[in-house]
Amino acid sequence: MTTGAGENRASGCANGRTGRGASLWIACICAATLASGLIACGLGSFPSSPAETLNALLQALGLNVGLNGGQPVDPALSVVVVDIRLARVALAWLTGASLAVAGCVFQGVLRNPLADAFTLGVSGGAAFGASVAILSGLAGSAAISGLGGSTGLLPLFALAGALLALAAVLALGRAGGGLGGAMRRETLVLAGIVVSTFLSALISLLKSLDEESVASIVFWIMGSFQGRGFEHVRLALPYMAVGLILVLWRARELDLLALGEGQARLLGLDAGRSRLWLLIGASLLSGAAVAVSGVIGFVGLVVPHLLRMVIGAGHRALLPASALLGGLLLLWSDVLARSILPGGAELPVGVVTALIGGPFFCLLLGRSGRMGLRAGGGGA
Amino acid sequence: MIRVASLRVNYGRREALRGVDLHVARGELVGLCGPNGSGKTTLIKALAGLLSAASGTIEINGADIATLSHRERALRLSCVPQRTEVPAGFSVRELVLMGRFAHTGLLTGFLSDYGPEDHAAVEAALRDARADNLAERQAAELSGGEIQRVLLARALAQGREVLLLDEAVSALDMARRVEAYDLLATLNKNGGTILSALHDLNLAALYCPRLVFLKAGLIALDGPTTDIFTESNLKDIYETDIRVAAHPVTGAPQAHLVPGAVAAALG
Repeated sequence: MTTGAGENRASGCANGRTGRGASLWIACICAATLASGLIACGLGSFPSSPAETLNALLQALGLNVGLNGGQPVDPALSVVVVDIRLARVALAWLTGASLAVAGCVFQGVLRNPLADAFTLGVSGGAAFGASVAILSGLAGSAAISGLGGSTGLLPLFALAGALLALAAVLALGRAGGGLGGAMRRETLVLAGIVVSTFLSALISLLKSLDEESVASIVFWIMGSFQGRGFEHVRLALPYMAVGLILVLWRARELDLLALGEGQARLLGLDAGRSRLWLLIGASLLSGAAVAVSGVIGFVGLVVPHLLRMVIGAGHRALLPASALLGGLLLLWSDVLARSILPGGAELPVGVVTALIGGPFFCLLLGRSGRMGLRAGGGGA
Repeated sequence: MIRVASLRVNYGRREALRGVDLHVARGELVGLCGPNGSGKTTLIKALAGLLSAASGTIEINGADIATLSHRERALRLSCVPQRTEVPAGFSVRELVLMGRFAHTGLLTGFLSDYGPEDHAAVEAALRDARADNLAERQAAELSGGEIQRVLLARALAQGREVLLLDEAVSALDMARRVEAYDLLATLNKNGGTILSALHDLNLAALYCPRLVFLKAGLIALDGPTTDIFTESNLKDIYETDIRVAAHPVTGAPQAHLVPGAVAAALG
């Protein structure tokens, strides 16, 4: 992803400051991610220094370079660092990356700065689908204890829920925004809130029908990584990978869609088909994220906006940068969620992201009000 | 080459074009004029594939556009749209580079950069549209006139063979209009086929050897400018008093409006 910008610079065809700025930022976020991963794998009730952590991680990879003065790694530390913390860090990172990329795609396709898996009700739909899977027993009987034995069906149910919720929100937004498919930004978000609220009521209803699953379902509503391990990474990763490839493949098309459907078609894009595939890709990403971690808001909203301010709106840089920064943000949110309370108790990570993202969202509403005025005037 | 046969386009129940036949040969520069609501923009949009025909056919270089994909059509013709919303966050160069989208391969989508020939086409287009000094600016921060130059550059980057313009100079001042039409005349001399919808009759008469007038969704007049640009024709089409006099330098016919009070005094 950085090579594209690098070649661009080398070819002398100045893509200008944007290209150089983007690759620099991406490199910085990459470095921060690696350092953060190392630190996060060492933090917890059984802390280890970065050197010890790195040693344990390298040993797990079969590389014993003796960073710790040649001493063998404590097997207990190895289990904690690799099987518990690394799995959790990896899952948090993947979830954050997926949610941020999905948010970026939703905002681009719908040309709506307030769009995101959470505000559009897509996460709520995925959570509902996952709840149905758990309660109907299709996701495996051990699902109740933190998804222990869940089968591969869970992300499929979450994806179906995500797509249904998205279809409902788009239909509602269109109906409320008048004819001609012109969707007003506020209408769409309102429709998202309506669908989200309705779905979370349905989830509560399902919950009260089956007292035994209460514990697991509560986590859908305020996502968490408590008790998650590599099996969850394996469960979600294929869906995330397919979703990511789908949207990265169409990064350039997202730029065209940002101009509006008319101009995108003038420039040679089959806008309808492109939009459909992008929405499916974004739903795959958010569905898979929700299936393993529950509903986590604001990552998909905050990250693309922050990045647009520093690297511009070109999606070939924005999508990978969003993935990296989204992963980084959720990685640290999860560290806070598991370390902020005394005595080993955990906060749902969704609480942390909401605490960070809520004020940011307010700021954004103010800004987008002004942007809406400036951008008003009709599209070609 | 553009060939339109019995084209009808409807907006819901309203008939915007009611059977238009038009043939623009390769290398022609044709001005498309007519009062507000006569169907100029509808015709341009139908040619650009943004509106589908209720009946009739449109051929571009011999291919029926109904059978072409968006990409194939965009490779054959480029279009400067009427008025546009430009999203924040794109530089002018990035916006013009989007004109090269149709030229990129289907399999090279994965985060790939545009190639050297794309960048070369963009630089040439920016230079020709006199927008090269704007290249590093944020597109959303430009004035209306600057945006129109940038959109012209984007259309040139896309292709120069068949060019459609829809009121592409309406936001430009007089000097910029002459610049833009000088450029169109040069493109035309180099073999480009150009159909330009415009309100400015005098600009049309000054640059276009052939004019097509639309009225109420039909072609009212179509012919060499020197033959059809007459007082009686313009009065019929615009339903107001218009006088025609020769341009002091080129001799091209130029239209002059008569204020209502003066027209009344003249009887």
